[in-house]
Amino acid sequence: MQSQIIDALTKIVGQEYILTSPEDLYSYSYDATPGFQNLPEAVVRPANTEEVSKILALANTNKIPVYTRGSGTNLSAGTCPMQGGIVMVMTRLDKIIELDSANLVAVCEPGVIVGDLNTAAAKFGLICPPDPGTVKTATLGGTVSENAGGLRGLKYGVTKHYVMGMEVVLASGEVMNCGGKNVKDVSGYDMTKLFTGSEGTLGVITKLILKLVPAPEAKKSMMAVFKNLDDAGNSVSGIIAANIIPATLEIMDNATIKVAEEYSKVGLPLDAEAVLLIEVDGNPIVVEQEAEKVLNVLKANNAFSVQIAKTAAEVDKLWACRRAALPALNKLRTTTYCEDATVPRSMVPKFLRAVQDIAKRNNVQIGTFGHAGDGNMHPTIVCDIRDKVEMARVETAMDEMFKAAVDLGGTLSGEHGIGLGKLQWMEYQHGPVTINAMKAIKRALDPNLILNPGKLVGEC
Amino acid sequence: MSNEITAKDVNEQDKALLKDIDNALENCSKCGGCMAVCPMYKELGVEGAVARGKLSLMQGVLNGTFPISANFDKAMGLCVSCKACSANCPCDVPADELIIRGRQAVVKARGLSPIKKNVFKLLQNRHMFDFALRMAGLFGPLSFKKLPRPMAAVARFPMPGMDAKRVTAPFSATPLRSQYPETIKVDKPKMRVAFFTGCTINYAYTDVGQSVINVLKANNVEVVMPSMQHCCGTPVFTSGDVDTGKTFAKHNIETFERYDVDYIIAACGSCTEAFKIEYPHMFKDDPAMKARAEKLSKKTYEISEFLVDVLKFRTDNLGPINATVTMHDPCHMVRGIKVTRQPREVLKAIPGLKFVEMQAPDRCCGSGGSFSLAHYDISRKINDRKVADIAGTKADLVATSCGTCRMHITDGLVQNNLNAEVMHVIQLLDKSYQAGKK
Repeated sequence: MQSQIIDALTKIVGQEYILTSPEDLYSYSYDATPGFQNLPEAVVRPANTEEVSKILALANTNKIPVYTRGSGTNLSAGTCPMQGGIVMVMTRLDKIIELDSANLVAVCEPGVIVGDLNTAAAKFGLICPPDPGTVKTATLGGTVSENAGGLRGLKYGVTKHYVMGMEVVLASGEVMNCGGKNVKDVSGYDMTKLFTGSEGTLGVITKLILKLVPAPEAKKSMMAVFKNLDDAGNSVSGIIAANIIPATLEIMDNATIKVAEEYSKVGLPLDAEAVLLIEVDGNPIVVEQEAEKVLNVLKANNAFSVQIAKTAAEVDKLWACRRAALPALNKLRTTTYCEDATVPRSMVPKFLRAVQDIAKRNNVQIGTFGHAGDGNMHPTIVCDIRDKVEMARVETAMDEMFKAAVDLGGTLSGEHGIGLGKLQWMEYQHGPVTINAMKAIKRALDPNLILNPGKLVGEC
Repeated sequence: MSNEITAKDVNEQDKALLKDIDNALENCSKCGGCMAVCPMYKELGVEGAVARGKLSLMQGVLNGTFPISANFDKAMGLCVSCKACSANCPCDVPADELIIRGRQAVVKARGLSPIKKNVFKLLQNRHMFDFALRMAGLFGPLSFKKLPRPMAAVARFPMPGMDAKRVTAPFSATPLRSQYPETIKVDKPKMRVAFFTGCTINYAYTDVGQSVINVLKANNVEVVMPSMQHCCGTPVFTSGDVDTGKTFAKHNIETFERYDVDYIIAACGSCTEAFKIEYPHMFKDDPAMKARAEKLSKKTYEISEFLVDVLKFRTDNLGPINATVTMHDPCHMVRGIKVTRQPREVLKAIPGLKFVEMQAPDRCCGSGGSFSLAHYDISRKINDRKVADIAGTKADLVATSCGTCRMHITDGLVQNNLNAEVMHVIQLLDKSYQAGKK
């Protein structure tokens, strides 16, 4: 990078907030996605919208790629600076500007950690429901840009259902506002939705207006073990058919059960084909009634055993085995690909079978767990990225797996985003017309293609 | 200098220093979970501050992107060794140990920093070290001004490597082990224990050592303080000077082996951890030494752990202490030897004492042993959060089980104009026994 660009960036953010040493650049060459790494040429940490605007204006004039980054916890290489350029770290914009309990709205800067917003909202008895696995580390900006989901998607939806408005700096450096605190708002194109989930390819979010909801008063957790996968699938359909929308409805397949049991010793039978974890929440009386109904559905569908947590300690124990799923798989090998292919709820058993078959055929180890209630699965491949022969098999398995999801009417990504990881299957899912429409939007808003270039819709 | 030669040779040599941890580093999935708990990251906000970043820098050396450079050294130095990353890692990556391995590679590739080199050289010679710290105790009052609170002092004039306003513990005119005979006898002893005093208690916080002895005497336990004991080696070891650390370990093992005692006790999380965990670990490639270290490890206890789990200390003759007390869990107590229940049981046994838990009692106080000497500003910021949590409890007293935590929190309370006092758990128990005699 030319030294006058470095000087100009230094003038904008100050000496303390620009990093250029090889070691510092290396520290921002990766995110939580295995297999993607490239050195940026400068890392800047702006303090406010004005600085962000100046950085983008400079980058746009000089056609320098800009990679916006929060905590760098995404799983789709969304923040990897694959073409060098500038990594812009947003974590200094970390203020909760306003908690408006009358309008059930929070106004935040994008660097606020998701968990911190919930801690602040809890004082008013409110929550911001999207809870990706990284609540304690991920920023709101990253969560909105990836349109992250979480465990409560079935009942509460995902991030996009909670974004009401935002301030965005466009590629040109101009500052744009869209949406607001209005529950109903049909004035113009829904720009808020467009930028939500745009993975930093259309603009840089500098302020967010988020919807809050009352925290549920009571919760009840239960776990059911199944010897037959179809019984588990039928239980999921049965619960929905009984007009119950649990907050959480999680499934683990046999491969995952085996490693999770090995890791956490909670007493799961190793021959179980599936485990369901269910949590209903809301008004205490309704919660009791719903738990009872769920129990009946589970029994009617041949659950081998059912456990209802009676104390906080029992709740912890039930969830310990679900929490153990990823770490347990993680520990098996050095490299872990946690994918998030998603299918319509009714297709979950079919997809799980397809993944098991793909794993066997390609001699690849895959454990699948995920959010059965919303069809969002996490087929998790464990391998060693340094073993080229094995990685060739992994690539074939991934290819077959994503195509299987799409063929079942599903989607490549439920909540992790496309980034680079799943880019090669975008056309398979969407077809050329949709892809071209997406690229046209990208080119209209970022004509010099400086914002997270090459990601989500690929080269334009 | 050697950096300028750029040379592949330098990279190759540096790579070799980290080669054996290649797999261990690869196990880090870069999920970034450590960002949620790292006190350093909380203050600095950059990747190089957190475990994920440090592990990745080591991989950068391994894949030849840069050599073990000054910046690499600096990044490895920015860690308080609080172990929060390892304790919370979903993949069980021992990041704290790997960072120490990184420091070890720095020492091999670039040598120790000049200040540490001199301090460790002094430490290596037990007699010189003892002499220097005794002198500090004798002449300390000339250079340090005592504050109107117990066991606190500030420098009278600028000291090299020391922030001018900083409150430290005064060095004692007479070290603890010189205040007593080697064996402190009691009538018909229930058991005999060896007391590993550690440096902070021997030279500075002698009041803690006195309380340990008083409490053990009150429980009919004979105490021996082996005169040849030396620094546990943790400060040297965590700085990456593993060979010197091993010398200390060997010396202490040989010293304590000579005494026929039922148990070994220490009143500091880090010192206990050295005997209990680090020594056997250090000699993992030397079966004979490992076996000797393990033998001592099995009978080593932190004082509160010993009182509660082994001795079942007397509670029938405790007198009242009317104070509100909160507890700070030192990193090496909670995540090192995993002792948090026992100090609380000791405190809760004291009549009149009102125990209030603070927010995040197990969060690092920012001292990090010698870290606070090199990076007082960062150390202070981390500590200000701790002090705010203490203020939230409105406690009169903060109990803890580590000398450097006590010193750093005392400094924090003074800098933030708070009146609470910091004491070792054992001092409160000692006071309660004294009150019981009245």
